[in-house]
Amino acid sequence: MKFLLVLVFLATTTNSLYAQEADLEESMLRGKEIYMDFCVTCHMENGEGVPNTFPPLAQSDYLAKNREASIKGVKYGQQGEIVVNGVIYNNTMAPMGLEPEEIADVMNYIMNSWGNWSDKLVTTDEVDAITK
Amino acid sequence: MKNSVLLVFLTIGIFNSSCAQDAENQVKDPKNTPFTQQLIIDEMQIPWGMAFLPDGSMLVTEKSGEIIHFKEGVKTKISNVPEVYTRGQGGLLDIEVHPDYENNGWIYISYASEEGEEKGGHTALMRAKLKDNSLTDNELLYKATPNTTKGQHFGSRIVFDNDGYLFLSIGERGARDENPQDITRDGGKIYRFHEDGKIPDDNPFVGQDGAKTAIYSYGHRNPQGLAKHPETGEIWDNEHGPRGGDEINVIKPGANYGWPVITYGINYSGTIITDETEKEGMEQPLHYWVPSIAPSGMAFISSDKYGDWQGSVLVGSLKFQYLERLELEGNKVVNREKLMADIGRVRDVKEGPDGLIYVAVEGKGIYKLVPKS
Repeated sequence: MKFLLVLVFLATTTNSLYAQEADLEESMLRGKEIYMDFCVTCHMENGEGVPNTFPPLAQSDYLAKNREASIKGVKYGQQGEIVVNGVIYNNTMAPMGLEPEEIADVMNYIMNSWGNWSDKLVTTDEVDAITK
Repeated sequence: MKNSVLLVFLTIGIFNSSCAQDAENQVKDPKNTPFTQQLIIDEMQIPWGMAFLPDGSMLVTEKSGEIIHFKEGVKTKISNVPEVYTRGQGGLLDIEVHPDYENNGWIYISYASEEGEEKGGHTALMRAKLKDNSLTDNELLYKATPNTTKGQHFGSRIVFDNDGYLFLSIGERGARDENPQDITRDGGKIYRFHEDGKIPDDNPFVGQDGAKTAIYSYGHRNPQGLAKHPETGEIWDNEHGPRGGDEINVIKPGANYGWPVITYGINYSGTIITDETEKEGMEQPLHYWVPSIAPSGMAFISSDKYGDWQGSVLVGSLKFQYLERLELEGNKVVNREKLMADIGRVRDVKEGPDGLIYVAVEGKGIYKLVPKS
């Protein structure tokens, strides 16, 4: 009996883990499409950015440490000085006019591509909760 | 070992091919420039377009949807501005005044608009007059269709030629395989109108079945610079290529500028779009940039305020954040110079009625280039 319980427990957790992974995968697929439309001209195909002009997203310490500010930047735009991987960038990113679902998708794509890794899915609710 | 040998050869190959490129693709960094830059309008986010009024004041658009009237050092926000679709590269875009503004008061504005049934937006052109800090007599002159939620390539520059025709650029809205080569669809085109928005009878595709008859030339990607040559009266454009392959073109009626059939650029991913750079029946650019500078805004220096720079073309670089001067001999670029290095994303450049150059920079504002005496 005990054994059975453990089995059920294992099955449910793997299932939900699997489900989350599937959610992430789908979100990233949609997010890539958004990325290729709205972000790629400045941040480039592999998130490498443009030296001293547009900060990299790939293995960016700023992105890893500033989840909320990063989502906010995509949602409302960003202006002024930020330091990314030791380099100062002082530029303007206009608000892109994306829907909250689109912001969640593109953030999931960015936060899990090019060597980036995030243990928590960005959801539409999380995006909705971020205000100016 | 094998790999490193291959790498060496590859590097030599790339190096060689970049050297083989024309000298016109090398930009110089001049030590002395005949001007000092003065920030005359500050605290702007994305100043997209500028226009000059006869009283010496200026109108400047903010992409977010505002028009600023700048007079004697004071900024005034204009009301009754059209609702704009602010998504991706869309928003409130260019502004221009009628050549006979003094007598008729018409101001022309291009913007991304949601007008229409489909979700999304597309480029629109309107005109209005300015009264008591408000737009009045607003008239929608053209609205490209169908709307799309893509965030790319609205084009939107407005310029008048010597015969009073209005030219408008509209980018291909991220649908390169549908729009630019199809004259029955909007986008990827330069358009020509009468001042009231009517379509001239002698536009090149008038009478062709299904054609959008406002089209003057096609096969463009995203023209964000449009200017009238001060001597020949021709309309020139600059347009964003993909990765590499930004272009300057001389606009001719009915001509096909080739996008995406021919291009000097490649996909952002590094994959090939086409290996053809020329084809019969398609126009060659007057100049192309590899790598891309992301050109936005274009102006000729017609005045003698900057010495022997008279006749040069100025183009803003969004990507490398400087103002580029291209020196011409006839229709050939013989020298390129980087001005205002690292100033910020240069969105627009215009020569004012005073013969001075004005430069719109994102995150900064409007600079005036004051000639050194």
